[in-house]
Amino acid sequence: MDGDLLLAAVIGVFAGIASGLLGIGGGILFVPALTLVLGLGQVEAQATSLLAIVPVALVGSWNQRRYGNLRIRDAGVIGLLSIGGAVVGVALANVLPERALRIGFALLMLNLARQLVLRGRRDRRARLAA
Amino acid sequence: MRVARLAAIGTAGGLFSGLFGVGGGTVMVPLLLLWMGYEARAAAATSLGAIVLTAAFAAATQGLYGNVDVLAGVLVGIPAIGGVLLGTWLQQRVHSDTIAFAFAALLVVAAVQLVIA
Repeated sequence: MDGDLLLAAVIGVFAGIASGLLGIGGGILFVPALTLVLGLGQVEAQATSLLAIVPVALVGSWNQRRYGNLRIRDAGVIGLLSIGGAVVGVALANVLPERALRIGFALLMLNLARQLVLRGRRDRRARLAA
Repeated sequence: MRVARLAAIGTAGGLFSGLFGVGGGTVMVPLLLLWMGYEARAAAATSLGAIVLTAAFAAATQGLYGNVDVLAGVLVGIPAIGGVLLGTWLQQRVHSDTIAFAFAALLVVAAVQLVIA
């Protein structure tokens, strides 16, 4: 059990690194850590992941602001206009079967993997050309 | 027109966030790059800023359903704060395709585990 707690915390660190590097919340790693390592159900893991994302995104965007990368007005508009979608999404997550959520989540992970491979290949070509 | 695009990005990101318990960045970052002509670092930074609001409201809604495990959230969330500082620091310095490939491999393994578990 102690080993599981440590593993979950280590995956948390990687979720944070992914968050900072890619501009995502880190939920893509929080959710598997919470289900596969800590044994939460899919919906509980998703809900808990959302809570964990808030401080991570706050600190990450604060740090990005210091680097001069954050367009805070656009971020505010997108964030405020996302609330309706977020509430509808949560309501859906609470009525859909767990199995459907898991498969959907796995597809979301594979899609991010595909994006990363495409980006990595583009970056590598640019680096080798330079 | 510009606000309509931002609204579409927000709505799509919000839906994914609520439905899957993520920030919605995997949807918002590509849209910021493609639709808004953002440069990569600005897209990542602005997506993270939007996620603060998205995740806060989605988490609060999940809290009303009684699904949030605060202790488990702290256990993965606090180490992640150190990680995000490291990640944003790395992002300013590393141009790494290796990181992209490593994360892709990690995601594929976890996705398979999630479905067969």
